[in-house]
Amino acid sequence: MNTAETPFQFVTVSYLTRIGNQSAGTLAELLTGLENCSDASIFHHTYQTLGSHHFLTEGFSNDFAQWLLADTNRNDLAEQLAALDIRDYASIAALRSDLCRMVGDFCEAFPHFASQSALARFYFCESVEVTAPLGRSARTLDEFKEGVEHLSHAGFYFHFISSRLRLQLQTNDFSHWLSNGLGLRTLADSVNHIDIYTNTLDGSRSKLLRLIDQERRRV
Amino acid sequence: MSETLAVTRVPLDDYAELLGAGEIEELRALAKPLRGRSIQMVNSTAVGGGVAEILMRLVPLAEELDLNIKWEVMSGGEDFFEVTKSFHNALHGAPYHASPRDFKIFQAYSERNRATLPLDAEFVVIHDPQPAALIDARRPGANHWVWRCHIDLSHPHRGVWDFLETYVSRYDAAMFSSPEFSRQLAIPQYLFYPAIDPLSEKNCALDPHFTAQILARYQLDSQRPILTQISRFDRLKDPVGVIRAYRIVKRYFDCQLVLAGGSASDDPEGAVVLKEVLREANNDPDIRVIELPAWAPLEVNALQRASTIVIQKSLREGFGLTVSEALWKKKPVVASAVGGIPIQIIHKHTGMLAHSVEGTAYQIRFLLSHPEIAAKLGEHGHEHVKENFLITQKLKRYLTLFRTLAEGSSSVL
Repeated sequence: MNTAETPFQFVTVSYLTRIGNQSAGTLAELLTGLENCSDASIFHHTYQTLGSHHFLTEGFSNDFAQWLLADTNRNDLAEQLAALDIRDYASIAALRSDLCRMVGDFCEAFPHFASQSALARFYFCESVEVTAPLGRSARTLDEFKEGVEHLSHAGFYFHFISSRLRLQLQTNDFSHWLSNGLGLRTLADSVNHIDIYTNTLDGSRSKLLRLIDQERRRV
Repeated sequence: MSETLAVTRVPLDDYAELLGAGEIEELRALAKPLRGRSIQMVNSTAVGGGVAEILMRLVPLAEELDLNIKWEVMSGGEDFFEVTKSFHNALHGAPYHASPRDFKIFQAYSERNRATLPLDAEFVVIHDPQPAALIDARRPGANHWVWRCHIDLSHPHRGVWDFLETYVSRYDAAMFSSPEFSRQLAIPQYLFYPAIDPLSEKNCALDPHFTAQILARYQLDSQRPILTQISRFDRLKDPVGVIRAYRIVKRYFDCQLVLAGGSASDDPEGAVVLKEVLREANNDPDIRVIELPAWAPLEVNALQRASTIVIQKSLREGFGLTVSEALWKKKPVVASAVGGIPIQIIHKHTGMLAHSVEGTAYQIRFLLSHPEIAAKLGEHGHEHVKENFLITQKLKRYLTLFRTLAEGSSSVL
């Protein structure tokens, strides 16, 4: 069995939600907010919400889309925003740009909807992150599997979802280490293709563990 | 006299069975750099009310993580609590005639408590407006003071808020239960949800025989749908509106309605509302209006567990933790989109939101017609509570806050 030179260090994360001073009561105000809010705010309402609502696998992919659906009844625009996949982005700037483009185009096409009041306001918030090492590491696939089994939801989210931004690559911590640490590129690719939108965190973890088991049987 | 409260220790590992060992390991990892460091929680009452109930469970859990945590209760005479009750109502937007005497009483008791309370911990957490002026005791140095506001400040009485803001603005941070409840402040404001304890008598698993006994005691039929609202008899909880919604549902489904809340005997307004409710019920044999004792957690637990659908048709609400209690028990919930309820009920995902009697009735009928959807909402609701509204999550938020204060704010990007 392969042994990695650099071990995988398991870490967990906790977020505080900081309430911002911006809010939106119309689509036009949402657009202004999207243009001006911090990167930490875009992260909070897209990446972080995926972690805190991971058990929802149908139609809930970010806070902006959910607000458009539930509080403005703009199903068409909500659908467009809900279809955004954070795995396609290696930076918040690119994600923000697409969010602004979609909302901006809609406001331009339907100016009478842009100023209509929503049922409830949208409050822009930010994530403040604290990480903590779990004191567990892995050099082999067996040790890695054991570490993944013991991770909390937040730890799994940190390595599997939010890591995409940290790495500035279209991959995650697990795949990155499996490929670069153990040289298991096929396994790394399969892990990177687990759909985080149609699986819960527990479901994604189960799939990852199954893939590891298949690899262990193969070797 | 102000007092330091001793609380019973709860083994943190007892939560592992419900939450998973990984979640407990995570709490220990987050707490590690805070071991032995001092924390003081300060509020104005040792028993009764949501804050005391939360601190009663939170403090021993923090002790389990080797934090040096103490819970202090400030003291005050009747005149002080009359003033703070007026302030509380005024901050909620009720009419209030500002009187200089009230502000003087507030300041005088704050000064007395500053002299008696040992406010020297590294992290001082002040709960609600009553002890807010204790910030005057802050010594120059490295300790951190934060203000946890459990009330809705979205439409406060201007005079009372202006007075309070002079104190609040000197804290290092403020925490609110909903972004909607916060104010424009120069200090950082964080979102801190109230929480339920899954191991408390109100939320723990129950022997089905006990639940059956409770149903028998109140002559409820487990074979027919039971709709339940648990709340005190208060117009803001709209119990009369609940009966009207039930009557619409009753045209289509042979169901029963339970309205259960604390006794109205020591609350003159509650007694009036109870009479209105009984009048509206009009001796309907399928409506049970139940006056529970002031502390009846097991009965509440059993009634929620026996319900087919739980309703929370409030006209105004703080956070409305009865919603989380029901969701934790995997119950489909139909609730009003007010206060903190939409944070708990994500419409069509973790429950159904409504804005009227007719809307409430419609959502109940829909869920009674589609039990598979009702069950799914209940499952999702349970997960939502597990992820966001349990006492262990609250503890995690505090650990994160203390570390952020001590280590400096760290952005994710």
